[in-house]
Amino acid sequence: MGRYVIRRLLQMVPVFIGTTFLIFVMVYALGDPVAAMFGDRTPDPATAAQIRESLHLDDPLWSQYLQYMAGIFRGDFGTAFNGTPVAELMGSAFPNTIKLTLVAFAIEVVVGVGLGIVAGMRRGRLADTGVLVFTLLVISIPTFVTGYLLQYFIGVKLAWAAPAVSSDVAFGELLLPGIVLAGVSLAYVARLTRTSIAENIRSDYVRTATAKGLPRRRVVGVHLLRNSLIPVITFLGTDIGALMGGAIVTERIFNIQGVGYQLYQGILRQNAPTVVGFVTILVVVFLAANLIVDLLYAVLDPRIRYA
Amino acid sequence: MTTTENKQAVPAPRAGQQAGTPLLQVRDLHVEFHTRDGVVKAVNGVNYSVSAGETLAVLGESGSGKSVTAQAIMGILDMPPAKIPRGEIRFRGEDMLTMSADARRRLRGAKIAMIFQDALSSLNPVLTVGYQLGEMFRVHQGLSKKAALAKAVDLMDRVKIPAARSRAGDYPHQFSGGMRQRIMIAMALALEPDLIIADEPTTALDVTVQAQVMDLLAELQAEYHMGLILITHDLGVVADVADKIAVMYAGRIVETAPVHELYRNPAHPYTRGLLDSIPRLDHKGQELYAIKGLPPNLLNVPQGCAFHPRCPKAQDLCRTDTPALHTLGEGRRSACHFWKETVNG
Repeated sequence: MGRYVIRRLLQMVPVFIGTTFLIFVMVYALGDPVAAMFGDRTPDPATAAQIRESLHLDDPLWSQYLQYMAGIFRGDFGTAFNGTPVAELMGSAFPNTIKLTLVAFAIEVVVGVGLGIVAGMRRGRLADTGVLVFTLLVISIPTFVTGYLLQYFIGVKLAWAAPAVSSDVAFGELLLPGIVLAGVSLAYVARLTRTSIAENIRSDYVRTATAKGLPRRRVVGVHLLRNSLIPVITFLGTDIGALMGGAIVTERIFNIQGVGYQLYQGILRQNAPTVVGFVTILVVVFLAANLIVDLLYAVLDPRIRYA
Repeated sequence: MTTTENKQAVPAPRAGQQAGTPLLQVRDLHVEFHTRDGVVKAVNGVNYSVSAGETLAVLGESGSGKSVTAQAIMGILDMPPAKIPRGEIRFRGEDMLTMSADARRRLRGAKIAMIFQDALSSLNPVLTVGYQLGEMFRVHQGLSKKAALAKAVDLMDRVKIPAARSRAGDYPHQFSGGMRQRIMIAMALALEPDLIIADEPTTALDVTVQAQVMDLLAELQAEYHMGLILITHDLGVVADVADKIAVMYAGRIVETAPVHELYRNPAHPYTRGLLDSIPRLDHKGQELYAIKGLPPNLLNVPQGCAFHPRCPKAQDLCRTDTPALHTLGEGRRSACHFWKETVNG
């Protein structure tokens, strides 16, 4: 196991370098950050040159990348073009996004797995058909549509929840955005759980558990779920990264000053250090989530052994 | 067990002597499966009984209804699609089909236990064998996790699994096929049930291991004086351990007999065909006999005797009239219009 972890960590190095280099190239080489800084106005050539000089923009790209990476490992993510250190932006943005992710994740697990269990155990009956139709609808409608619709009807018309999140970012306020963010993943989790349950409920070991005289609760809760949830947990693990990075639309709609919001602003203003910095962190989150899922997999299924 | 507290828990040997009430009685059992293609009549009026200490072998091809009958007795059929439109399954005189679901569950595992064919798929792959064995004691006797594990280790010792203590923490896939089947047997024996149903317990095993597992099962059965229903299609296994045999075909019992009489003198053409299909050393070099044709489609069982399309002795009567189960003698019955001619060769 230890050797496996080390090997996996080493494998992460090229992935990390590859992804960050790609995003670095896309942001720095394919746009002109200095022009973006001045917006519609044309910068004074001398000033522009000075800025280029101070940001090392005239160095070869690989050299800029190396300098940037060296900075990251010292905890220096550079300075956004408005003068705020990127690390400071992260400090304010990540807690908000993590809160939102937690709320969405909780909803995804509870509702998604719950619906999946109900549908899988009553396959072919009304409850099952209902869940299938509902999840199909949720998957088909884009997040920005469900987001605005829920914001308008629940937030404005019915006023059950605040239509926008205040700067405190309290957990209660995050319920509505959490539902919107969780929506599509939740539908996938429900379908995955349903398939897995429906498949395992016919298995021989569930029949054995019944033949042992175990109460239904125990047959389902211990024997059926332990096996059926293995693929679901794998999906949930990788989805944490997707939720954190995928909150751009949701955070915009509900005015949450999180990672998605900062990224959106960064892209809009071609604020290169912000974009690269945030994406780098997200890459690390994705890689870590994937590793944890793979390790968890071996814990949940004893037939899998890593050497 | 003391003799003062035995109203329900009658000591097994005595139950065997009460000739009036066998341990288990199946009467006129029908099981059908409602599928998209129609109603599959898997079991059509099965009758059999088992007493304590007795071994009943149920013999038949795949699809003859032998496993479905067993699952109906255990109460582990998926309903729907399965349905039991008629019949009784009496355990110690009480009809299990009319019991409350909870009362029935308490019998499962504790009084009637089942051993399945494929131990690898029948054991939960993600739980240790110690846990799965201990579960019997935790659920039925309310033992603590620790006490249950100790009992599980004892059980593993009992079915001769080497180094039981250290192996209790292993998972099913870490055992060999024979050892896994021993664990299944241990699980069935855990609460010293009155009746064990073994559904092809040795089919998935090597021949040498088959004999070991059957010996173990027979030994433990004698020790606890349990009733045993042995479901199999292996005539060799049956001869050694069974007291009586029920031969099933297309969801019906076509012949029942004490084991040696059945081998010596079968009273149904199907049984005769089965016995003739066994390879024999003194027939070396000759073509092996096989019953011609295929087992019937249970969606559409032939009119009259279900075996008539394959029967060498079939006559017009067989195509129109379903034969009754004629009594030939003590414990001998045959569902053939021409049983007399069959018995005489």
